[in-house]
Amino acid sequence: MIRKYIRTWWRDSVEATGEVALLLWDLVRSIFRDRFDVNLFMAQAARIGVDSLPVVSVTSLFVGMVLALQTGYSFKNVFNEPLFVGTVVGFSILKELGPVLTAIVVSGRIGASIAAELGTMKVTEQIDALYTLGTNPIRYLGVPRFLAAFLMLPVLTIYADCIGIMGGYLISITKLGIPSTVYWDDILNNIQTDVMIHGLLKTFAFAAIVATTACYMGFTTQGGAEGVGRATTRAVVVSMVLILISDYFVSALLVAFGIG
Amino acid sequence: MMAIQIRDLHKQFGRHKVLQGVDLDIVDGETMTIIGGSGTGKSVTLKHMVGLLQADQGSIVIDGTDVIRSTSEADIVAAQNKFGFLFQGAALFDSLSVGENVAFGLRNLRKDLSEPEIQGIVKEKLELVGLPGVQNMAPSDLSGGMRKRVGLARAIAHSPKYIVYDEPTTGLDPITADMINELIVDMQKKLKVTSIVVTHDMVSAYKISDRIAMLYEGKIIEVGSPDQIKNTANPYVKQFVTGSSHGPIKLKLRAWD
Repeated sequence: MIRKYIRTWWRDSVEATGEVALLLWDLVRSIFRDRFDVNLFMAQAARIGVDSLPVVSVTSLFVGMVLALQTGYSFKNVFNEPLFVGTVVGFSILKELGPVLTAIVVSGRIGASIAAELGTMKVTEQIDALYTLGTNPIRYLGVPRFLAAFLMLPVLTIYADCIGIMGGYLISITKLGIPSTVYWDDILNNIQTDVMIHGLLKTFAFAAIVATTACYMGFTTQGGAEGVGRATTRAVVVSMVLILISDYFVSALLVAFGIG
Repeated sequence: MMAIQIRDLHKQFGRHKVLQGVDLDIVDGETMTIIGGSGTGKSVTLKHMVGLLQADQGSIVIDGTDVIRSTSEADIVAAQNKFGFLFQGAALFDSLSVGENVAFGLRNLRKDLSEPEIQGIVKEKLELVGLPGVQNMAPSDLSGGMRKRVGLARAIAHSPKYIVYDEPTTGLDPITADMINELIVDMQKKLKVTSIVVTHDMVSAYKISDRIAMLYEGKIIEVGSPDQIKNTANPYVKQFVTGSSHGPIKLKLRAWD
């Protein structure tokens, strides 16, 4: 019984991985081969970029604030004064928290909405209808969403980085009593540009994960409203897990190449 | 003249064999109705014709092109573009207006047309289905019958040679259903198209069909004119068209039984 379950699970997982890889290949091929529709892309870019701003602002602001608070008080206990708060906040946000949290917020917001939208189109036969009207659904629906995620996630991450560092700054000067110049010097003197590049390169991998997973879950939705709900949940859970797993491996790879 | 030839079509989903050797000929200009119980593979057969599903085995020849075995992708696409498909739930694009829905296929399949020409065709097709002037409405503002009619206008916009109807009257009240039936007959007369209809509504089938084919357990078990089907000797067909729960067709409780 358990063996059978594991075997089915394993077979389904391998099958799904293969299908996702094929979808990614179709998406990338379509980007280079087919006519590019600027209007469709702009609509998705606005949706992914602009609409995510409020939630990204709030999350990164508070993450920066709590990082400064925790670092400041921990270092006060050890060194009797809050040393290197700017450095710790800067490193943590630029390398890890900015890219990873933005990707997770976007997967919850945009990944879910892409999966629900495409899933609804699938179960109401709108995707079949596209095909019968001479339109490739991957080009018409998949590519604009994929490209928009791919280009907007790094932009959102840069924005989140700035807001997070500002959050740290707020707490440093108000609660920890660190002079403004010290905070900025800690950041500017100790953090090189390759730290930021390290973070941004990772976001491209995260964007590909969020967009491909959401499109895959949407395009393969089956079974009416319940199926759409299942596809949406799966899109979010699978992309979050994949973001965290890939974060380790991509970071290790970048470090091995001496970036960051 | 033979328009569509389906030979030995097989399709399996997982362990569930849906089509087990469908053979069917459709002649130019006729309305062919495929009847059969729910889940017998009627829609699956249609979807193979237009390329929405890939067959496991068999051939479908459309005007001389085998859309399953041909190696020329251009030929297959050309054959598939001869179809207009009316989906069961109309499948209108929610994000576009009614007018844009009808224009959608024209923009992709008829690149030679100018914008005023496209708008002209949209207007003409909406009038043809009895819904003049609804171009700017949203699909969500339409009733079920109106959605079906807009779906039909969209399916015929690029002047296809074949119109495929997937359960056109399902879910409609009898009067609206009859209106759709009349539209199907009308399209046939006005546009001189070949129609393939899938339904389990026998009132509709008798009214619109030149010939009726019955699909049972993945095969076509009888083909004939509406009168022949009405007076059939085949016990399976007889049970289905008279709508009786007593007879050789046993109801399956689960799809995989």
